[in-house]
Amino acid sequence: MNNQGRPTQPAAANMNERVTVSGSQGLNQATKLIFETGTPRRTGVDLPKPKGHASRLGAHVRQGEIGLPGLSEPETMRHYVRLSQKNYAIDLGVYPLGSCTMKHNPRLNEKVARMPGFADVHPLQPTSTVQGALELMYELSDWLMTLCNMPAVALTPKAGAHGELCGMMAIRARLDHDGASHKRRVLVPESAHGTNPATAVQCGFTVDEIPANAGGRVDMDALKAKLEGLGADSDIAGIMLTNPNTCGLFETDIIEIAELIHAAGGYFYCDGANFNALVGRVRPGDLGVDAMHINLHKTFSTPHGGGGPGSGPTVLSDALKDHAPVPYVVKTDEGFDLIEDPDDKSFGRMCAFHGQMGMYSRALTYMMSHGSDGLKQATEDAVLNANYVQASLSDVMTTAFEGTCMHEALFDDRFLKGTGVDTLDFAKAMIDEGYHPMTMYFPLVVHGAMLIEPTESESKGELDRFIRAMRSLAQRAKAGEVESFKNAPVYAPLRRLDETRAARNPVLRWSAPDETAQAAE
Amino acid sequence: MRYLPLNQNDRAAMLDVIGVKSIDDLFHNVPESARLSGLVDLPKHQSEAAVEQHMSRLSAKSVSAGSVPFFCGAGAYRHHIPATVDHLIQRSEFLTAYTPYQPEISQGTLQALFEFQTQVALLTGMEVANASMYDGSTACAEAVVMAHRVARGKKPVAILAPGLHPHYAAATQTLASTLSIKVAETTPQMGTDADVIDMITDETSCVVVQSPNVFGEIVDLAPIAAKAHAHKALLIAVFTEPVALAAIKSPGEQGADIVVGEGQGLGVGLNFGGPHVGLFACTKKLVRQMPGRVCGETVDANGERGFVLTLSTREQHIRREKATSNICTNSGLCCLAFTIHMSLLGDAGLKQLAALNHENACQMADIIDGIEGAEVLNDTFFNEFTVKLNKPAADVVQTLADKGILGGVPFSRISGGQHEDLLLVCATETASDADMQAFEIALKEAL
Repeated sequence: MNNQGRPTQPAAANMNERVTVSGSQGLNQATKLIFETGTPRRTGVDLPKPKGHASRLGAHVRQGEIGLPGLSEPETMRHYVRLSQKNYAIDLGVYPLGSCTMKHNPRLNEKVARMPGFADVHPLQPTSTVQGALELMYELSDWLMTLCNMPAVALTPKAGAHGELCGMMAIRARLDHDGASHKRRVLVPESAHGTNPATAVQCGFTVDEIPANAGGRVDMDALKAKLEGLGADSDIAGIMLTNPNTCGLFETDIIEIAELIHAAGGYFYCDGANFNALVGRVRPGDLGVDAMHINLHKTFSTPHGGGGPGSGPTVLSDALKDHAPVPYVVKTDEGFDLIEDPDDKSFGRMCAFHGQMGMYSRALTYMMSHGSDGLKQATEDAVLNANYVQASLSDVMTTAFEGTCMHEALFDDRFLKGTGVDTLDFAKAMIDEGYHPMTMYFPLVVHGAMLIEPTESESKGELDRFIRAMRSLAQRAKAGEVESFKNAPVYAPLRRLDETRAARNPVLRWSAPDETAQAAE
Repeated sequence: MRYLPLNQNDRAAMLDVIGVKSIDDLFHNVPESARLSGLVDLPKHQSEAAVEQHMSRLSAKSVSAGSVPFFCGAGAYRHHIPATVDHLIQRSEFLTAYTPYQPEISQGTLQALFEFQTQVALLTGMEVANASMYDGSTACAEAVVMAHRVARGKKPVAILAPGLHPHYAAATQTLASTLSIKVAETTPQMGTDADVIDMITDETSCVVVQSPNVFGEIVDLAPIAAKAHAHKALLIAVFTEPVALAAIKSPGEQGADIVVGEGQGLGVGLNFGGPHVGLFACTKKLVRQMPGRVCGETVDANGERGFVLTLSTREQHIRREKATSNICTNSGLCCLAFTIHMSLLGDAGLKQLAALNHENACQMADIIDGIEGAEVLNDTFFNEFTVKLNKPAADVVQTLADKGILGGVPFSRISGGQHEDLLLVCATETASDADMQAFEIALKEAL
């Protein structure tokens, strides 16, 4: 009570058990589907009336209702604002999702991306009318090539996995050009991200796994055994290696690995997902890399947007650059031009148009804001933050591997042994503490993996609070408070969801109630 | 640096906790030969004002579509986007979230995806849709690979119709080239899409037909579907302009098994070609072969309705080299923009938008038909059609551009030089009477 007699503490009550008439609870607003609130005749857009011109649609005119509900503008606004409030976001709190680089998204990037000379230009306007857009792409290429010390970059790939495809297609094109079409075996470490083997197969290669050693890095003995006695004419097409790897460790032997692969007549594809640990301090070109995609949405902070759109420009070595996809920008005496039709060396076209312009403008804005000095500092702070978290938790949690890490810290679930709490429970309990969980159960080489990537965007104060919460959770698990973990989360908009049910009987769209009844019969 | 919260005191204290002397010690695993000592050769950091000024000046070097009479289409379409759409997709909770891996704190993204999937299914006339692809062209390529998978590799041939956007054909060819899929490509030619019927055999895994096609013609899909099904092949229907589907019979109604297309026209700007949003729908029977992310309905521990990513056993993070595709993202924010724009329009609004587009295109076609040296070739079209000129279209387009008019896309630009005399002209609801008049005058002068 304060001195006016107003209660300042809630009465003891379990708020979660209270059922409200509206279905909403304070700021947590119940949000029906648009199909349950909108109607086909309502609209939130005012359009002029059609003038009644004769139709030239032919015989195939759409008849009847499509079934799309419409909402007025205020209803639309409220629907999506309510939905947004059920999402966790970087702007809300620590989002330490390992290998995803959830860093701050500067709003200048958004402002620039919406400038009309980038956002409101058509990809097929005459090049004389898009000189500014082409110049931006050329500038971006220059920054990426300089940071990587690589002679070429293909901008078009639309996401990281698309960049992997670009790099591997370039390797395949080079091999075929050299008459080495028997080279189809690609080595992939077992700790690799799932996209690596999936990409290799999509490019028509076969995948050969290399085990990790006890230190979490490529097992050099196993690698040498695979390559022993193989000359440049072997069946090896290349290797796909992430560096720093998915355990958050720099591959110490990377230069030797590159030499071994090159000696076997193969090429070195580096997965650049973790480039945030290297920018301005290490250049992939100095490590013997032949191709590497750069996730602009991670390293260069174009927003993650709830899962995309991404952008995966792929830098290429001298050996591969002639096989790059079209289109690409060239500088001529008259200005900038686009090469849109492939020659006989290019592996062709990956998509309509020129890639993700909206991401190029954001990424270049980010890079120019940081500059060479700021990019280096950001890398150092990212690595520093990860090591600070690792050092501050290693006595209560179990680090997967000895020694310092790069930009992400990897823990396993040994510290939970015998507690009845598993990695998933631990993650869900973090939600109740107000944090987005780390990446869990990845990489697969570590049991019950927890991969924490704080990025350079977190202050020391924020990290200290995070560390305190994590330590407390670890101690509570060890103290036998299993039930609170199994029940978690209780403070999220929903409790744990039944994923098995979703997969067993997939309901992938809304259906009108009577249709649902019919389907059940 | 304004984006970095740590100061030198913080850094020193943190190094102390870690137990190392300097930041360099944290990079000790980097081979010495690869350690950079100084800064890379790039400009140093700049203020927000300085970067903004640089970018504004670059932006001003391009002619934006909204500033001139504008008639370009050919796979990217300019429509008015309500201000609500851009405001909502910039909310922090949508903009700065990632893939909804933790559904309890991602219901906003997930419910929006579920609604999006339903809208796409309704628009295409299909049973199910996924949570979007990179763009229409990559969705098309993935659909051909999917058909190959459905046929368990036993049907080697994929047929691409002559009206398929050449960029879509090229992207498909690129992906298929490594997978022992034989792509039977046809030469782009108007009025010949039905010729694919005679090409279908038992060897055919799929036939890919675009409607409206790249020339703007509306194609009768039903007879192609019938022949394909008789040979246990799949019909993949393609579209590049989602607004068209509100005016013409849905591909699902005409027997398509997979429908893929570009969703950019609703909610997403031109963006010089990207990011856009690929739409992907299919029959329920094929759902487990579908690439990409899918969102599904379920319940939480209290029995409340909720949504999760599902059917992930198809995907690369579980299946690795056996995955249906290497794709691990969707076009998140663009698919959100699409679904918000669709919610604002509703059935009535979308149909009216489609009607306005068609009327403007009809008006434009009449104008062009009245100009000597220009002839509209289409019998049918939605908001885009093909014009035969008495001069190379690229030269005419350049002349128009020099007069401040973006007057369409020369067909040769997308077809590697074929059909130099053909011009693709698109008129959406954004084209005013004055714009059309300006085009008419300029084209008369140019021919």
